[in-house]
Amino acid sequence: MSFSITKHYYGDIPEDSAGGNELKSTQVPPLGGGGGWPLWEIFIRSKQGLDHKHVGSLHATDAQMAIENARDVYTRRMEGVSIWVVESKHITASNPEEAGELYEPAVDKVYRHPTFYNLPDEVNHM
Amino acid sequence: MATSSHHLIDFILSQADTTLILSHRNSEWCGHGPILEQDIAITNIALDLIGQSRNFYQYAASLMGNTDEDQLSGMRPEREFKNLLLVEQPNGDWGQTILRQYLFSQFQYLLFEQLQLHKDEQLAAITAKALKEIKYHLRWSSEWVIRLGDGTQESNLRMKNAIEALWRYTGEMFMPAEYEKEAGVDWLLLKDAWTKKVQAVFDEAFLQIPNNTFMQSGGKTGVHTEYMGYILTELQYMQRAYPNCEW
Repeated sequence: MSFSITKHYYGDIPEDSAGGNELKSTQVPPLGGGGGWPLWEIFIRSKQGLDHKHVGSLHATDAQMAIENARDVYTRRMEGVSIWVVESKHITASNPEEAGELYEPAVDKVYRHPTFYNLPDEVNHM
Repeated sequence: MATSSHHLIDFILSQADTTLILSHRNSEWCGHGPILEQDIAITNIALDLIGQSRNFYQYAASLMGNTDEDQLSGMRPEREFKNLLLVEQPNGDWGQTILRQYLFSQFQYLLFEQLQLHKDEQLAAITAKALKEIKYHLRWSSEWVIRLGDGTQESNLRMKNAIEALWRYTGEMFMPAEYEKEAGVDWLLLKDAWTKKVQAVFDEAFLQIPNNTFMQSGGKTGVHTEYMGYILTELQYMQRAYPNCEW
């Protein structure tokens, strides 16, 4: 027994199987998974005094639109007070295959950790 | 009840109806947006608008007595709806939806700027609260008008078609209905300010304001375009099928 499964990505469901009569003839050409629009990495600061944290990525045509999209996608439930966006292509990532030489040498050098100091409870975010 | 309070109720209902119908139109995009992020943006705006309409309906219901927001939105016939003709127009393509939102948000922003100083404290409070949302709708939609107008030949053409389709419904915004004449709004000032703002955005978008367009009107007094009945059929289905069901 075999099944034929057609996988549709967001935005390119064929018009004849999509609902919404009025949209059928006038629908904007499908863009697929954000097709053509650059990808942006989004960083949100959740409250004053904390740092920006990476929360995810999204598609936008320019930086301004990326901020607005991020506002709609990632701060709907009061998650943030500040947004940074950076186009994904500007991020250079380390290669996972080089993890051995990059990180393992640090494992046996415990003296680099400041674990020998007693911190007062009042000091947060260390 | 004095005439003036009837007029105030009608004015509040017209604000409620306009935001409800535009919210419904925008919600039709849910799941059909050109891209995930913009699908969320337009449905967010739909949610903002339905929030505004609930505030207006609840306030109107409290003044009228013996009714509530569900009855007012779900049981009134078409001829009692006082929304602008502009907001009941079909979504068309993305450009037409964007333009409809921009023309309305620009109007709503300037109108609510005046209404937040209204002598009726509740109306002033509702509109002041909505202004922050509207400011974002205005920013989002005006940037899209510029992006599409000043985009490709195709997007510019689609915006021109959208203006052709919608401009005739903009005049009504500034023609006060009987119940709006004493509403404490300076309609001439509003029209002047709106036209200047729209002109500035259109200039940047390489679009033109049409000349000598005959302006349609009637929405504010319940005389709607052919689309309205279909909207209400869908919108009011639940309340009519299950009377007194709550939101």
